[in-house]
Amino acid sequence: MTSQTANQPRQAPVATPYLEVSDLRVTFPTPDGAVTAVRGLNYSLPLGRTLAIVGESGSGKSVSSMAVMGLHDPKSTRISGSIKVGGQEIVGMSPAALRKHRGTGAAMIFQDPQSSLHPYFTIGNQIVESYRAHHAVSKRAARERAAEMLNRVGIPNPRRRLDSYPHEFSGGMRQRAMIAMALVNDPKLLIADEPTTALDVTVQAQILDLIQDLQRDFGSAVVFITHDLGVVAQVADDVLVMYAGNAVEHGTVRQVLGAPLHPYAWGLLESLPAVSGEPAPLHPIPGSPPSLLAVPGGCPFHPRCEFRDRVPGAMCTTVAPDLVARTADPAHTSRCHLPAPDRVFASEILPRLP
Amino acid sequence: MLLYILKRVLSAISVVFVALVASFALFFLAPTDPAGVICGNRCTPERVADIRSSLGLDEPPAEQITGYIKGIFAGRDFTNGGTVQHCDAPCLGYSYSLGQPVTKLLAQAVPVTISVVIGAAVVYLFLGALLGTMAAQRRGSPSDKLLMGSAITINSIPYFVFALLVALYVTVLPHPQYTSFLSNPIAWAGGLVAAWLTLGVTNTASYTRYARASMIESLGQDFVRTARSKGISERRVVYRHGLRAALTPLATIFGIDLAGQLTGALFTESIFGLPGLGVLTLRAFNQYDLPVLMGCVLLGAVVLVVMNLVVDIVYTFLDPRVRLG
Amino acid sequence: MTEPLLRLDNVAMHFRTKGDGFLARRNQTVQAVDGVDLTLAAGETLGLVGESGCGKSTTARLITRLLEPTAGRILVEGDDIAHLDERRLRPYRKEIQLIFQDPYSSLNPRHTVGAIVGTALRTHNLVEKGGELRRVQELLELVGLNPEHYKRYPHEFSGGQRQRIGIARALAARPKIIVADEPVSALDVSIQAQVMNLLESLRSELGIAFVFIAHDLGVVRHFCDRIAVMYLGRVVEEGPRDGLYDAPQHPYTQALLSAVPDVGVVRGVPPRQRIRLAGDPPSPIDPPSGCRFRTRCWKAQDICATQDPALIERAPAQQVACHFAAPPAASLVAEAV
Repeated sequence: MTSQTANQPRQAPVATPYLEVSDLRVTFPTPDGAVTAVRGLNYSLPLGRTLAIVGESGSGKSVSSMAVMGLHDPKSTRISGSIKVGGQEIVGMSPAALRKHRGTGAAMIFQDPQSSLHPYFTIGNQIVESYRAHHAVSKRAARERAAEMLNRVGIPNPRRRLDSYPHEFSGGMRQRAMIAMALVNDPKLLIADEPTTALDVTVQAQILDLIQDLQRDFGSAVVFITHDLGVVAQVADDVLVMYAGNAVEHGTVRQVLGAPLHPYAWGLLESLPAVSGEPAPLHPIPGSPPSLLAVPGGCPFHPRCEFRDRVPGAMCTTVAPDLVARTADPAHTSRCHLPAPDRVFASEILPRLP
Repeated sequence: MLLYILKRVLSAISVVFVALVASFALFFLAPTDPAGVICGNRCTPERVADIRSSLGLDEPPAEQITGYIKGIFAGRDFTNGGTVQHCDAPCLGYSYSLGQPVTKLLAQAVPVTISVVIGAAVVYLFLGALLGTMAAQRRGSPSDKLLMGSAITINSIPYFVFALLVALYVTVLPHPQYTSFLSNPIAWAGGLVAAWLTLGVTNTASYTRYARASMIESLGQDFVRTARSKGISERRVVYRHGLRAALTPLATIFGIDLAGQLTGALFTESIFGLPGLGVLTLRAFNQYDLPVLMGCVLLGAVVLVVMNLVVDIVYTFLDPRVRLG
Repeated sequence: MTEPLLRLDNVAMHFRTKGDGFLARRNQTVQAVDGVDLTLAAGETLGLVGESGCGKSTTARLITRLLEPTAGRILVEGDDIAHLDERRLRPYRKEIQLIFQDPYSSLNPRHTVGAIVGTALRTHNLVEKGGELRRVQELLELVGLNPEHYKRYPHEFSGGQRQRIGIARALAARPKIIVADEPVSALDVSIQAQVMNLLESLRSELGIAFVFIAHDLGVVRHFCDRIAVMYLGRVVEEGPRDGLYDAPQHPYTQALLSAVPDVGVVRGVPPRQRIRLAGDPPSPIDPPSGCRFRTRCWKAQDICATQDPALIERAPAQQVACHFAAPPAASLVAEAV
């Protein structure tokens, strides 16, 4: 048995990023007023790498990824900024071009494979539909391709299982089938939105292995949305921590989970009961995430931050910090005013972690 | 599946049997003497006795029922004032007021009702699903509000008023009358089109509302989001993925509605002068024509039971997760 | 030996299903729980872990007697409550309270928080007239809510606060045992830790015994003294926390712990031996013969299909139901780096 985890991250390729999100803002109308769920998000991701987007409910992690897929209803959603996938601008794209983008440029798998597959159509039928939406091939050829994909994602007897309905599959098999359907058109970007949250832990391990394995084969870029920092540690090369609609920390998995700079990231790590190591008391973040209808001014995290007294003046409550390098490492950025966050982490937070 | 259907047919037969015995008891063994009612004001004891024997009321109840059931399978003879009428199997009794076997009367009325009801169903199922889907897609928009407003308005007019208004004012339609489909299909359709439109439009209003609610739920499902993420056309997302899932609850309502209408679309038939089951039942009721009434009740029970079975079987085709067995 | 606070003796819950959907009338038996023995001492916390279909939630419903077991005894301080009727069950209902997973659906949206918490007080005649409001406010304060908010409705609270309301309701009866069924799994990470800390302080202050059910092995390790691992309706391993997490002896426990992705690896915490089970847990409708785990077990031999392994003490207080129970090989832990 060998262990292949993200602990040895590959070197970031020098190549141009495949996915480039700049100053993305997404606003929806709700009965209580317009909600800006994503507020000026920036990140980029080259092929062959996995970016984990971490955050709690309402952080904007799913909304921003739906925008990358072009899945928001253009009639009600206002999107501004830029999303470039393989050099193509997604924001403001025509509906026809967007349709082509979905499936071929980027594909998505979702949290609950049970509800995400259509209960009335066979697995084969659903994969064939995906393939034929983008390839002018016969049904027979598309079925052949679907069987090949099922085989690739580790479903035994793929030809026979094409005619099964989703309810005849187990939870893990359904997620495998979803992955086969997402990858059938060979997209270069895969967005996985909490793909293992609804699964049992032993099945989750299989699916995480599979996604990593497929990524190595297909050389695609993967955006992995999750709230589980353990999963992040296993699958990610890079990590983006989101809070109240924006990134608060960005860096490699070693930087963000090993030596985080933002007090929110510290709070997440200290909220996590460990399965190994010396058990440590939990040190949760006080309060709850803000409502997007009333995001606090200045740094949106300041009402819950235990370190705001260490920032001179009223900076935290009045000045929104920028996402910038806070240490000598220019690739590790954080959105916080606190001076010398690396030293604070090493001397105060690290000793408290399990 | 076959075994299941067999089991269901057996249970259906027992349901129909219970309906038969219960209605028989209600009509024939009631404390009021049906013969007296039929006889009317100027009545002599001899005439009452005559009617009683013609209806078989002079026999013990058990024999009356066995006679009735025997008639269904083997046919029977009726004596009426010395003349003997033979009634072939399946015999459901003999209507003296119309001078015809009940079976024959039903056989004349059933095609009329089926024609009216099925034709209207085609109209309201198609329009209802289409309009409901369109409204669900544009939820909250002015067109959705207009559509829903009209639907509620139509539904709040009593049906017979609506039907009367159509009959009186929509004069461009061919004169309503019933012609057998087999003898002249064009005349058949022409004579029924007014009834179809009337029954169809009111039901379209209801079915648009059902379909809209069902579609709103369906379009919010995760699998619709998945379908969109595959890059297929929006029309395919809505109609193939969304509507397909929304049809199952509609099928349940439709099954119940259709069963109800098949036992007689009373207002539609009487307003447009179509001699269907509804009209037959009403006439039998007014004239206390017990054999005909019994026949209608029995037929209604059969229709309900059969429709239930049909809906259940249709379900297995609509939703692969449902299994009969 | 004195009777423990709670003891399950060979408890089974077999559901006769009519299949799902009203049309499927094929009768099947789901062996949701099948021969479970558990004990809980006063003030102790017992964790139940396992994957979907393992029977942990059914066990919670049996202990709280929301279900009547099909076999076995449920002893509360020596009294068998397995088949008591609702009237005779009442005094025991007060002693055993349940906290649910979903803080959104387990509170009646039309009742104020004061009414929700107060109902428990009135049902069990726990306060004299006029004292109810004061006690409700005490309870709200105890769970970290503003006592002045007793007039508010559940929807005015956040998810974490709603779970606190659920906890206050459970505490109102002054129970000896709280059965917590996935109490934090619906909450965001930061809120989850808040609720965990609250439960911990309540346990140490009030001395309440907990049966704590969760699929998150980190959460269970954090909260529980003793842990039982369930698989397809049976307990496969049970023991004190450190023994079970540091030297699990059942292959399933080992696989389960191995499958949990650990954030500590980034900081250099040594990862566990890497074990990957194939497939999903089988259905409890038709469980495998002999050892139920054998179909996914890499150690399985012929004997596993024929002989059901008994739960035997293999290490101090650590019981394992496996013919080939053994702690993980130390070399394997080191190898998987």
